[in-house]
Amino acid sequence: MKILLVDDSKTMRNIQKSILTQMGHEEIEEACDGLDALSKLSSFEPELLLVDWNMPNMDGLSFVKEYRAKGGKSPVMMVTTEAEKARVIEAIKAGVNNYVVKPFTPDLLSQRIEETMSKVAA
Amino acid sequence: MDSNFVLPVIKSTQNIFEMMFQLPVEIGEPTMGSIDQSKFDVSGIIGMNGDVDGNVVISFPMSTAQRLVSIFTGMECAEEDTEDLCDAIGEIVNMIAGGAKAQFDGMSVSITCPSVVIGANHAVYGRKDVTSVNIPCSCDCGEFCLELAIKSINKSEGASSGASASATS
Repeated sequence: MKILLVDDSKTMRNIQKSILTQMGHEEIEEACDGLDALSKLSSFEPELLLVDWNMPNMDGLSFVKEYRAKGGKSPVMMVTTEAEKARVIEAIKAGVNNYVVKPFTPDLLSQRIEETMSKVAA
Repeated sequence: MDSNFVLPVIKSTQNIFEMMFQLPVEIGEPTMGSIDQSKFDVSGIIGMNGDVDGNVVISFPMSTAQRLVSIFTGMECAEEDTEDLCDAIGEIVNMIAGGAKAQFDGMSVSITCPSVVIGANHAVYGRKDVTSVNIPCSCDCGEFCLELAIKSINKSEGASSGASASATS
């Protein structure tokens, strides 16, 4: 499965990449903000996107809105420090399928990824 | 500064250190005033705005920062790995502020992208109109310090107000 990681922190991308690799996923592309992610969509065509919220240039919420507006249908998981209920609702309204609050354990992220993909498959 | 902001920052810091590093954090007696930066070489700084205005600073001696980053990334962090060190410290202060603001009851608060300063004897200057609270902390990787300067603002003031901090080294 092709997965796009969108986070301005290289550390967080590496941590998420390592968890995804342990889950058996190998086709992983990285983007450092929303604009970078938009530029990679046509060549990479992700089947799952893990997106941070607070990023320079284009934040995660704006990116998700743009992605959905362009017809992007793959599931999007927001992986962010934004933990307030109002933010989660805002993200879901924008087209986010699942939500993980940082800090997370590897088990939690794996579980949410599996949960997201099984909902899409159902 | 409103003392109700202190506990959420402490709780968020303890939660992050326990979850990401498996390290319990001991909290010392908070004091008013800025951090004595002579003990610290690395500071992560993040602004808050919206229903509050201010910033959170976390400062470490280089050895403590390197140990924490090594645990965080799973790789040895050498002193010359400045970019990786800054990225990881920025993410730590980002998680602390994000976890804290979620506990500010009924408030809508945004956080800025973090900044990181490296250098012996650097100083971080926050808002002049908010008294800072300085919280000494320690864990098995060494001592570090949190400094908060956060105030509630009226929504009518919010439009013209923004979180700010500047640093020199």
